Amino acid sequence: MNSKLYGNLIFELSHPGSKGYSLPSNPYEPTELPKALLREQKPELPACDELTVARHYTNHSGNNFSVDNGFYPLGSCTMKYNPAINEEMAALQAFTRLHPRQPQNTCQGALELCHTLQQSLAELTGMADFTLNPFAGAHGELTGLMIIRNYHQSRGDTKRTKVIVPDSAHGTNPASAAVCGLEVVEVQSTPEGLVDVEALKPLLGDDVAAMMMTNPNTLGLFEKDIPEIAQSVHACGGLLYYDGANLNPLLGVCRPGDMGFDVMHVNLHKTFSTPHGGGGPGSGPVGVKDFLVPFLPSPHIVKTEAGFGIADDSFIHVGQHLGNFLTNVRALTYILTLGREHLRTVGPLATLNANYIKEMLKDVYELPIEGLCKHEFVFNGLKDKSTGVTTMHVAKRLLDYGYHAPTIYFPLLFPEAMMIEPTENESKQTLDNFIAVMRQIAQEAKDTPETVQSAPHNTPIRRVDDVLAATHPILTYKQLLHDN
Amino acid sequence: MANIIEGLYYCESHEYVRVEDGFGYIGITDYAQHALGNVVYIDMPEADDEVTAGEEFGAVESVKAASDLVSPVSGKVVEVNEDLEETPGLVNKDAYGNWIIKVELSDPNELTSLMDAAAYAAFIEKK
Repeated sequence: MNSKLYGNLIFELSHPGSKGYSLPSNPYEPTELPKALLREQKPELPACDELTVARHYTNHSGNNFSVDNGFYPLGSCTMKYNPAINEEMAALQAFTRLHPRQPQNTCQGALELCHTLQQSLAELTGMADFTLNPFAGAHGELTGLMIIRNYHQSRGDTKRTKVIVPDSAHGTNPASAAVCGLEVVEVQSTPEGLVDVEALKPLLGDDVAAMMMTNPNTLGLFEKDIPEIAQSVHACGGLLYYDGANLNPLLGVCRPGDMGFDVMHVNLHKTFSTPHGGGGPGSGPVGVKDFLVPFLPSPHIVKTEAGFGIADDSFIHVGQHLGNFLTNVRALTYILTLGREHLRTVGPLATLNANYIKEMLKDVYELPIEGLCKHEFVFNGLKDKSTGVTTMHVAKRLLDYGYHAPTIYFPLLFPEAMMIEPTENESKQTLDNFIAVMRQIAQEAKDTPETVQSAPHNTPIRRVDDVLAATHPILTYKQLLHDN
Repeated sequence: MANIIEGLYYCESHEYVRVEDGFGYIGITDYAQHALGNVVYIDMPEADDEVTAGEEFGAVESVKAASDLVSPVSGKVVEVNEDLEETPGLVNKDAYGNWIIKVELSDPNELTSLMDAAAYAAFIEKK
């Protein structure tokens, strides 16, 4: 981790008269624009030479922490390595110079690539077909729910307004349902951390549009009752939605389609090794079973004898031009690089790594649910609760040792939740080092708790005031000037 | 250890109601404020809104999580605690002194289905 923070704003480097561009002289007569169209004041743009700009952004990038810097065990986020070959393929000029509106007969290769990715995702998940249009996981959820709602409505089944969501679900599930105009109904987990089938049954009826689940769930546990859940939801006429956030451990082992899920999204930026978040863009392709294929959004690819084309005949639209194309390139590169043989090893290795960390730490961190986990697991803080050291303190202390913190205080089932997901990429050495540091922090919590409670000590910025940040956020340069 | 006060009524979603002169003062318990951590925003109804026992009437947002506020009783909101708009962290300092809404109870019989201090203490002990 960078120990020095680069904290300048580009405005602070501005020097009137500096510039980093040179435009050719204008050979035309100056044109007077109508006064109504002119700004009253010149825009306040920073003035910098090119090298100053290049250094500024290079130095800022040094403030980042990423998978390329160090171990990033952020639970439920599947922070995989983004292989360099993905970037090489996405940088090919044949891809970067495509125009989204160029004639289809001039971009058959790109269309075939998207079609192959759709087919590959369908084969890996047990779905009939995919759309690549959604731009992120939550966007995929919304798309999937729109498909479900339209399916029910197309059959005149207009009473179905409820979406059942487990209490361990990702927050995006209820949010997507609400955005789609559906009503959220929560179903509880059993003490073993699985969906309570007996609590579920009374919620099922002719007003249920769908049930949304991740499997394995956010505790990293496989929902073993999924056949019974699928049967019950289908029996009441509802559909089953699979949130692909936790698809990684299943890759090459089993398929959501075979478990009875009707609609699902895949996070290419998780399971298929494309970059996350600010380094994205993300991508959330949605897959459906046969009977829902007509409801997939437009535009979508059609394969004919004459080649690949783009059809625009669905009345669901969630985005234009087949999603984030270069992300599709990266994901297909990953699939083809590993191939059938090696994709099968992803899930088992991710599961092995998670179980290894869990077993090596459960004598000092409280494991609320015993047994094998899948790709991730949840501790409920330190085992010894007498030290006054909380999950927040442990997470902050990890930063001192150069690790990204795990996901903390989620899921909401345990008060001191700490959710760890190592992914299949990490070597045993990396896992052992992390385990040693976690044990060291547990020891510090006993010996010198104040060291842990006042962490981080070695980061460029010490403990941030999260209350102040939430109640008085400073979001613009003008605000910063004003507040100081 | 969470502070629990005698004479209040409690519900399983960790709201309390203090009854005085036919009005109910509703807030979150000390256990709830402790579990949530530093509270940064409270979404409150407005005066004259109706609240229903067992239904959501707002939300508490902390640095850790956002949590719905569920009303232990039904009735009309006669006052909201405006101090909490500016300083929501007051509920962390004194959860029972800083009620969130004052309600004119429409059905005082609802109080009988709520827990007393001893029952609430036993309830959170189990958690």
